[in-house]
Amino acid sequence: MLIPLLLVVSVVSFIIIQLPPGDFMTTYIANLKMSGVEVAKDEAARLRILYGLDKPLYVQYLMWIRNIILYGDFGRSFQWNQPVKEILADRVTLTVIISLLSTIFVWIVAIPIGIYSALRQYSVFDYTFTFLGFIGLSMPSFLLALILMWFLYSQFGFSMTGLFSPEFVTAPWSIARVLDMSKHIWLPIIIIGLSGTAGLIRTMRGNLLDELRKQYVIAAYAKGLPERRLIFKYPVRIAVNPLISTIGWMLPGIFSGEALVAIVLNIQTIGPVLLRAVMAQDMYLAGSITLILSTLAVIGTLISDILLAWLDPRIRYGGVTE
Amino acid sequence: MKNSVNYEYEEEKGLKISKEEEKFYLASQWQLTWWKFRRHKLAIGGSIVLIILYLLAILCEFLSPYTPTTRFSGYSNALPTNIHSFDENKKLHRPFVYGLKRELDMKTFQYVFVEDETKKYPIYFFVRGEPYKFWGLFTTNIHLFSVKGDVPIFLFGADDLGRDLFTRCLYGARISLSIGLVGVSLSFTLGIIIGGISGYLGGTVDNFIQRTIDFLISIPTLPLWMSLSAALPRNWPVVKTYFAITILLSIIGWCGLARVVRGKLLSLREEDFTMAARLAGASEWRIITRHLLPSFTSHLIVSITLSIPSMILGETALSFLGLGMQPPAVSWGVLLQDAQKIASVALYPWRLIPALFVVVTVLAFNFLGDGLRDAADPYAR
Repeated sequence: MLIPLLLVVSVVSFIIIQLPPGDFMTTYIANLKMSGVEVAKDEAARLRILYGLDKPLYVQYLMWIRNIILYGDFGRSFQWNQPVKEILADRVTLTVIISLLSTIFVWIVAIPIGIYSALRQYSVFDYTFTFLGFIGLSMPSFLLALILMWFLYSQFGFSMTGLFSPEFVTAPWSIARVLDMSKHIWLPIIIIGLSGTAGLIRTMRGNLLDELRKQYVIAAYAKGLPERRLIFKYPVRIAVNPLISTIGWMLPGIFSGEALVAIVLNIQTIGPVLLRAVMAQDMYLAGSITLILSTLAVIGTLISDILLAWLDPRIRYGGVTE
Repeated sequence: MKNSVNYEYEEEKGLKISKEEEKFYLASQWQLTWWKFRRHKLAIGGSIVLIILYLLAILCEFLSPYTPTTRFSGYSNALPTNIHSFDENKKLHRPFVYGLKRELDMKTFQYVFVEDETKKYPIYFFVRGEPYKFWGLFTTNIHLFSVKGDVPIFLFGADDLGRDLFTRCLYGARISLSIGLVGVSLSFTLGIIIGGISGYLGGTVDNFIQRTIDFLISIPTLPLWMSLSAALPRNWPVVKTYFAITILLSIIGWCGLARVVRGKLLSLREEDFTMAARLAGASEWRIITRHLLPSFTSHLIVSITLSIPSMILGETALSFLGLGMQPPAVSWGVLLQDAQKIASVALYPWRLIPALFVVVTVLAFNFLGDGLRDAADPYAR
């Protein structure tokens, strides 16, 4: 399942690269012209042959893929005049870190609240969080980022943009830099995680409510098991299952949210680069980012499938008998 | 003995059903749905808000005091106008606004607007102002409200070109709200056809379509939209961009609907009533249109309602980034472009007002969808 999916992802990314009229060379030459360098016709043709742009599309695609797999070479960004790989390496790491932390944040917050809401259904707590959950679901993360930023700026006068203090932005990785990052990273994590949290609370609450009505829970209550032990030992474990399968669709959402929030908060992750690339039609960069993000999301989905099979043997065996 | 007593009691109770109960048993499915929906207060609130918002969008030319391109020179970034009902002698007065004058703030050395209490401009209704073409049908110049005289009224303040933000919000509603509907009808058509084929044919076709959906769902939407919108030429006319964006949003949007259609078709195909219809000699087309479709229309309506917000948010996000609708066109996302810089938002916080519209709309759609979901199956509990 993974390999064909990744193949499709790569084809789509390649199509994105090919979408705008003209090719890499046309933009390159146009850029040179803008800076006053005139490129002769045969020089352009020579460059085209050098970069393999004269070959049919499928050959170009195969070359592109071969370079990525064999050399990790994603092509060249004319806008930065650097290999795509060098631009993205650091940023992809940051994107992954932020996305992972957001996922963890979502879980840590949503699961306990979901459990408590289900146990005390229709209590003030439950209503409050149902309402907050709706707002969280309706509030797009970039608007939340904007509003929070404005609030913090106007009330406390500090600007929450960026992931590092100015002196650390270009510094190499060190313990001090990590510490500095941890001072800034919480806001994007909360903002990105919030909409996911709202959804997850609803799911967790619903799942657990369904479980709590089942007979085995009533039997266990009747048997006199203490509530805490009972709840956590049986229904919660079952109710958590569907949550794991939802990582699959949560991850793309988190990546999307991350890209947007990063642009608003000006964080040095993939988002702002993607925006600049897209604005300038720097297609190798834009296509590579789509490829990388989609690949990460697909892998994430796969991991969630494996986790689910490990957690819930019924799914594994069901798959075998089919 | 005891059993029979119980039985008789039940019987008696069954005979004497009240008027209320009788009404309940005789009601059609849609009536039951409506009754159940009516009980959901948030959903009712949501639908009222939505009706108001759509009315604002439909009647925006008439409701707004100016046109979205009217510029008031000297009033750039003017703050929202205060409407007063009492004059300086604390006497009730027809609602009026004071004139504005610019003064240099000696502390920050920035120009600020101060109300000029010597000049009063009452607000009038049905004022003749700038001419506009209502729905492109006829030209008129009547606006619902405005002030007479040379001062403008800015309910939501002005942008840096001195254009009225209230007017622009209303005009923006037209694009932002309609893109959700158009996008959903597009993805609905796609979803119902593809989902229908998938559920009806089954086998390899079904497998192929399901894998495609899996794929589309597993890629992060926003980066994909961004990359695809990069291919749209910037100089396209508004209408063309509008439809291009709608198609972009629908590329992902149809998946969820196709899944609902397929799932429902698959499960309903096995129901007894389908079998009965088949035995009675009904054609496949009749079974689908007369028996299957009506049984999941309510579920479809729910999924449609719940997928409109993501369309609206998608358009807003793209336009906000400058990749969606382009400036001469006005949408909430385009208006929010002005709020990208934190420093400008801190100085002119009313630039965030379009965000409020977006959030309220999405919230209302979510409440409505939630209420519809509860009401969709009126026989459950």
